Amino acid sequence: MALRAFAISTKTGIGAAALVVGLILAAICAVLTRAEFGSGLGPADWSAIRFTVFQAAISAALSSLLAIPIARALARRRFPGRGLLVTLLGAPFILPVIVAVLGLLTVFGRAGWLNMALSDLNLPTLSIYGLHGVVLAHVFFNLPLATRLMLQAWQTIPAERFRLAAQLDLTPRAVFQSIEWPMLRQIVPGTAALIFVICLTSFAVALTLGGGPRATTIELAIYQAFRFDFDLSRAAILSLVQLALAGSAALLALWIIPSVSMGGGQDRPRQRWDARGGVQRIIDILAIGIGALFLLLPLGAIVTRGLAGILLTPASVWQAAGTSVGVAMVSIAVLLVLALPMAGWIATAKRGSVEAVGLFGVAASPLMIGTGWFILINPFADPIALALPVTALVNALMALPFALRILVPPLRDTVQVYGRLSQALSLTGWPFWRWVALPRLRPQIGFAMGLTGALSMGDLGVIALFADQDRTTLPLQMYRLMGSYQMEAAAGAALILLALSLGIFWIFDKAGRMNAEA
Amino acid sequence: MKYLTLAATTFLATSAYADTPELVVYTYDSFVSDWGPGPVIEKAFEQTCACDLRFVGMGDGAALLARLKLEGARSDADVVLGLDTSLIAAAKETGLFAQTAVTADYDLPIAWNDDSFVAYDWGYFAFVHGTDLTPPANFKALADSDLKIVIQDPRSSTPGLGLLMWVKAAYGDEAPAIWEGLADNVVTVTKGWSEAYGLFLEGEADMVLSYTTSPAYHLIAEEDATKTAAAFDEGHYMQIEVVGKLAGSDQPDLADAFMQFMVADAAQTALPTTNWMYPAVMPAEGLPKGFETLITPGKALLIPNEDVPALREEALAEWLSALSQ
Repeated sequence: MALRAFAISTKTGIGAAALVVGLILAAICAVLTRAEFGSGLGPADWSAIRFTVFQAAISAALSSLLAIPIARALARRRFPGRGLLVTLLGAPFILPVIVAVLGLLTVFGRAGWLNMALSDLNLPTLSIYGLHGVVLAHVFFNLPLATRLMLQAWQTIPAERFRLAAQLDLTPRAVFQSIEWPMLRQIVPGTAALIFVICLTSFAVALTLGGGPRATTIELAIYQAFRFDFDLSRAAILSLVQLALAGSAALLALWIIPSVSMGGGQDRPRQRWDARGGVQRIIDILAIGIGALFLLLPLGAIVTRGLAGILLTPASVWQAAGTSVGVAMVSIAVLLVLALPMAGWIATAKRGSVEAVGLFGVAASPLMIGTGWFILINPFADPIALALPVTALVNALMALPFALRILVPPLRDTVQVYGRLSQALSLTGWPFWRWVALPRLRPQIGFAMGLTGALSMGDLGVIALFADQDRTTLPLQMYRLMGSYQMEAAAGAALILLALSLGIFWIFDKAGRMNAEA
Repeated sequence: MKYLTLAATTFLATSAYADTPELVVYTYDSFVSDWGPGPVIEKAFEQTCACDLRFVGMGDGAALLARLKLEGARSDADVVLGLDTSLIAAAKETGLFAQTAVTADYDLPIAWNDDSFVAYDWGYFAFVHGTDLTPPANFKALADSDLKIVIQDPRSSTPGLGLLMWVKAAYGDEAPAIWEGLADNVVTVTKGWSEAYGLFLEGEADMVLSYTTSPAYHLIAEEDATKTAAAFDEGHYMQIEVVGKLAGSDQPDLADAFMQFMVADAAQTALPTTNWMYPAVMPAEGLPKGFETLITPGKALLIPNEDVPALREEALAEWLSALSQ
């Protein structure tokens, strides 16, 4: 990329990035100030690090690879229910861990649907517990997200490209090689890095489905250091290891992303002449069918479990739901303030590697950030009173890497394609955002806002460290119900959570895509 | 004049506010849930104390202690409710707890005479299972069987730690061999009690580590008599839950009153059917109907509080190496 576009000022972006890094490092430093030095990492920690990296790498690779055929099929097919399916792709990702795990177990567990069917057919049953179970769950969480990110990238390929390909009578294979493959090379590494980082901080999923302490992750080791040993220096060191691993993965991924632009177009609706053949049709039907089954069966299990419990949910669940929606809205606002300037900076920067900064938010252990900020706030104010603002802020930080992954590629294209013209017209700074970038990025901004809201709804994270009786979010209230044997009411609360999260996601996503093809 | 009135009302309001002292009680999450004892106890205590009782719920017993260590002497809490016998030594080491004169006529399988902590309820750890299953008689029989169990991770959960102590108390140096035998029975290990119990109810395991009192919940609240607990002949490990007063409390008398209230009839009657544990002091009307169906272990096991920290390290290492094979 020889061109350096100056249509966007980088100052606010750099400021936002510095703020993000500062918030996280401040938390770790705060924990370190309270640590008694002396304890380093033991052999158990090293084996936790090895296991964590291993499972995260497999999960990231599988999720990204499997997403390609599904996203491709969704990009070139129109069928009834497609919009709903695209919305539901956001669902697994936002579910509280325990809800998703129970949903998966209803399908794949020892007494699950799959094993019941197998034993009816006199076939040997399968055990979900082990490394494969961990990977299965991580793919369930992340495959839909990867699909959504890739689907979005497919939509940014100008219609003219496919038109030209059709005129040249290119085979589907040639179309893939000349148009889709270059696009994938830009999208897949970043998506894989993002999923790798999400899986790095996995704890309850890995432990529960991993079948025991073999599946100890770094996050569990941090938890143990905090809660079991109260060894703050070990907790801080492990958190730094987590950040370093995430940072290296991000840098590696962003470094191998080639900088090519799809070029501009006239934003015509896309038609895919190459997809008309029978083989292509069968491939797409299979991809969508299998993907949808894998997504919808566990979701269906969650809905079935929840319907029975929904009448049992106490009023406090609805009150907590209200609080959660409020927190989600604040998170969305904070996210926009951070993500848009940062995306602008990254999109105009020579090196895409600065996007790694965004990944810090999801790579840092929520327990670490929560504890760190607790230590920082405690001398000056009552941390409990600040529980909800801190939760909203941390949720926005967590959503930041997703938002950047969503916003940066199209914004980079916009800057490359329209940057020079805009500069010639003196459209720089806010007017550039107002007239060029924001209108073009509306679907992506809507998607990012919806995802942030939904993520924030489903996050248990830091609120558990700060909450009191009056300030609970829906996921926390759900856990409290489970802790009081109210499994059915908890399943009802989970369904309310799923419905509200998807509702928020759908509203923002729809508003973004209104009058736009996606 | 208007300003005077305003000033007067502000002053009155402030003094009225100051007249209602606030007692802050840190406790674990499930205690403050709608079905937990929190709401009942808050209402009953506020009727007697002319104060505002505020529960702050956080995780479980271990989370409570970690939080206290973070806050140190600056803590807003007056009382901490929900530490258990395996955490008492570590809690005392912080030096944050005050001694108390509150005592009660305890009805525990062991003598309780701690100078800082008041016991409010207790239970036995046990493996809960469906009544359609013939339970093993002890850990060795369980290890030899094909039964599948789900347990909690001792590094993140109080019952998980209780199980470690149980095996250690029953078998001592033989504990590693017991764990190696159990390894193929363990379907999985969960982060906390809720996950494990949820998995068990979903049919993922034949038995789950919980309490002998868990079947009482199903019987009394759900009229479901299909759950019971397996009686092990080597004895069952006890968990005694305690409440303690912080030395830095600005309401020491109120804190004592609350601790006394926790062992009085009103609280003790409520605990069995809200916290699903045995009352530490037998209420006048006895145990709720249904509790008589529960198994009563022949032997109560408990490692002395002060020995727990050292044994914990040893037992955890043994557990990790047996289950990581």
